[in-house]
Amino acid sequence: MRVGVVTFPGSNCDYDLYKAAQQIGAKVEFIWHRQKNLDGYDALMLPGGFSYGDYLRAGAIARISPVMEDIVGFAEKGGPVLGICNGFQILCEAGLLPGALVRNDSLRFESKDIHLRVEQTDTPFTSEYQKGQTLRMPIAHGEGNYEADDQLLEELEAEKRVVFRYASSDGELSDEANPNGSKNSIAGLTNKSGNVLGMMPHPERAMEEILGSTDGVGVFLSLATNLSTVVL
Amino acid sequence: MSAGESASATIPLVPPRTGDPEITSELVADHGLSDSEYERICRIMGRIPTFTELGVFSAMWSEHCGYKNSKRLLQLLPTEAPWVIQGPGENAGVIDIGDGYALAFKIESHNHPSAVEPYQGAATGVGGILRDVFTMGARPIAVLDSLRFGDLDSARVRYLFGGVVSGVGDYGNCIGVPNIGGEVAFDRGYEGNPIVNAMCLGLMKKEDLITASASGVGNTLMAVGARTGRDGIHGATFASEELSEESEEASRPQVQVGDPFTEKLLLEASLELISSGSITGIQDMGAAGITSSASEMAGRAGNGVEIDVARVPVREPDMTPYEILLSESQERMLVVATRGHEDEVHRILEKWELEAEEIGEVTADGRFRVLEDGAVVADMPALPLTDGCPTYEREGIEDDEVRELREMDLAEHLIPEGDLTKAFLLLLGSPNVASKRWIYHQYDTTVRTSTAVRPGGDSGVIRIRGTERAIAATTDCNGRFVYLDPRQGAMIAVAEAARNLVCSGAMPTAITNNLNFGNPLKQHIYYQFREAVLGMADACKAFETPVTGGNVSFYNETDGQAIYPTPVIGMVGIIENVSHISPQSFQSEGDDIVLLGENTAEIGGAEYLYVTAGLVAGFPPRVDLTHERQLQRAVLTLIQEKELRSAHDCSDGGLACTLAECALGDGEAPFGVNVVLDDALTPVETLFAESQGRIVVSCAPDRTENVIRIAMDHGVPARKIGTVGGRGKPFSVAAVSGQIETDLTSLHQAYFGALPAIMNTPVSSKE
Repeated sequence: MRVGVVTFPGSNCDYDLYKAAQQIGAKVEFIWHRQKNLDGYDALMLPGGFSYGDYLRAGAIARISPVMEDIVGFAEKGGPVLGICNGFQILCEAGLLPGALVRNDSLRFESKDIHLRVEQTDTPFTSEYQKGQTLRMPIAHGEGNYEADDQLLEELEAEKRVVFRYASSDGELSDEANPNGSKNSIAGLTNKSGNVLGMMPHPERAMEEILGSTDGVGVFLSLATNLSTVVL
Repeated sequence: MSAGESASATIPLVPPRTGDPEITSELVADHGLSDSEYERICRIMGRIPTFTELGVFSAMWSEHCGYKNSKRLLQLLPTEAPWVIQGPGENAGVIDIGDGYALAFKIESHNHPSAVEPYQGAATGVGGILRDVFTMGARPIAVLDSLRFGDLDSARVRYLFGGVVSGVGDYGNCIGVPNIGGEVAFDRGYEGNPIVNAMCLGLMKKEDLITASASGVGNTLMAVGARTGRDGIHGATFASEELSEESEEASRPQVQVGDPFTEKLLLEASLELISSGSITGIQDMGAAGITSSASEMAGRAGNGVEIDVARVPVREPDMTPYEILLSESQERMLVVATRGHEDEVHRILEKWELEAEEIGEVTADGRFRVLEDGAVVADMPALPLTDGCPTYEREGIEDDEVRELREMDLAEHLIPEGDLTKAFLLLLGSPNVASKRWIYHQYDTTVRTSTAVRPGGDSGVIRIRGTERAIAATTDCNGRFVYLDPRQGAMIAVAEAARNLVCSGAMPTAITNNLNFGNPLKQHIYYQFREAVLGMADACKAFETPVTGGNVSFYNETDGQAIYPTPVIGMVGIIENVSHISPQSFQSEGDDIVLLGENTAEIGGAEYLYVTAGLVAGFPPRVDLTHERQLQRAVLTLIQEKELRSAHDCSDGGLACTLAECALGDGEAPFGVNVVLDDALTPVETLFAESQGRIVVSCAPDRTENVIRIAMDHGVPARKIGTVGGRGKPFSVAAVSGQIETDLTSLHQAYFGALPAIMNTPVSSKE
């Protein structure tokens, strides 16, 4: 599996994502945001961070980076694209995913471990999990409050595109377990065809016991398994 | 130079620049220079300085850059050990941590800017310390913050606290460096003058170390990064004076504004520059901007520099040489490019979308020469700027008021009003003891995927990828103890830092310090400073933890009122094997709880007195350095031999609060506690005194005998004091004539609920 990790000026989880993909046996390369031509990659990953400082709206400038045109083309051809945190924000800004990520309802940056409930396992990113399984991993964001109108929410639910929801450690949904005020406790969702996943929590930070959790491994392992060229 | 003249006999004359003010005694005084200092400048120059030259001298001889009231005493601190690669005098200290790696680390204050504009003041404090570390060639891997504020019942203090926390958080979060710990204290002693100290750790391969020196005559000086603007002009001088109410408004233009995005690019570009081999030196343009970076780099190499300010990229038109030289605009670097490699520097900077401009060169004549479009506006010997600043040793006399407070009879406070449990919960919910989660949940603690222990424990721990090792770091200082007895208090700060590290499984290795004090020209402040340095020196020697650098922040006074003397210790330690990383909280029901060290009657300076009686009084606890050293060795041995399940230093709030922290852990599944203490002391002393040299450990019951024996073999008193109860079981701690009995829900609410409850009250910027 050949994975490209797209680095924008201000990305800061690019190295972490690189290490996570490498850990499950992928051949990983950094893609600088000015690079054209993304031939030969099996999957693309957009890391967390503060692209262009997020001084405008998170992801609003990265969306017009030279590399984005090819990322959109890659996604439209069905190539798997994973956006984490700022990567998720960029995917929303670029229109690859619907809705928007606005300021946390606490109006503060929120950095802590949270629990997620796995809602869908028939995606290239979650097939290694069990439906209803709860995962523990960190969040670290100021703008992760998923916002969508009622019509879009209905559509997302009907099409089963909500992949992860914030939940308690035993899988219950509640305001208390929702760290940022996201509608329907949405922590991660896919596009219509299911090949683009955006999520606010950081699976790449939950890959080893020493970091406190290995629950993130499944995301990368699922992708590797589905591309079925994994070298373990 | 005409034939026959020797360089040393020539006094280069510099004509006054049109528009510059005339040098008068008022102007000299406004620059913070005394008459004798000004005379010394004239002697060094051989003539009257120009306005630009006066500005340069004023910045370089400010307390902030020149250390004029601290240098002589700081020489008493131990700075050497076989593992020290770089001691004081560089951007950051560097130690060898094994396996071919070196650790660069340093702490720095941003107190004055944060008092005036908390968000930007704190943010730029983090930015500055990051640059100090990556200009050594090290990639920043962790930050810590040590903060002090007034009491949180003031809306103004809540505004400062909230702003500082957001500033520290936003800057580090944006760059992508995890915050792994620190400390915060609240006391009326910091009401007008908050303390904001930021520490950074950076990792490098030993061979990547680069220093900030302008070596190689003919090499090119390049300004790199952000453009130079009019912000922060004379920040170094500003940091060297007291604050008043007026200064809050008037000084705002002296506070710099941070741009973490540019800094992130600068970080990546700098590390790429260093590894490219195209530069010989690099330094942050921090305090006193181009002036200090250029003259310090020249001074270290024994060379001169020539700079043309007209070539410095500026943000605003019509900036004078004076302004350009003294601007403290953030996110700028001075780079010495090897002649012929300038294009390579440009290429790397362009990749990171940053500017680089050739602004001058390294010269052989030892002069600090400044041109403006070819015309000389300053020409002065470089070395006296960095080494010629007069240093002073002053007379220090203790304040009578402090002696009276120290000798106060505290007997009446040893009997609590009402029951002990109520007093205990009040203490546990005091912002000084309660969980600091409200703060560190705003800091990214897990980015870079190497954080093994996050904030909230005795120390933060970062594993070193590709090795078995990890680094632990902590910051410590109890300002009340230092106030009541500066020498003891400073020793306690070092001892507590070391205890924090060993509890995490680390060997204390080296120190960076941030000495926050009032106006050193006042005798009682100088007394505090001298005593604290002496105490620190003793403790550092006893623990073999040399000081590899740091920062002195004087003039922390508002309207004549000084802060508590606060010599913050930033200590780093090495964990030989990640399997030695030890938690602070209890791990298993039925485990035995063992106390290492002894309870004493030393209630002086304790949080209990502040919470129940509003008092900062009494003799602070004594610290026995020999005992501390034995305790450190005992705990490390116990951890390395895997005898323990947990270890936690006993400090703020005393033994009862320490046991509560061990029981609560991260709050998700607290354990009950059954402890019985038979010390012949009053319950208040047993439960709440902050006696030194104590660590609470837990172990499987079949290891208890062994644990006690190993501790005793190290000369450390040890005894079983109780057992870890089940989840949801009571928290019960009994002293000889009184006991604490409560449920875990109340404990949880007091400890985790305190800060959020206070900070969710409305905050406005003015009372």
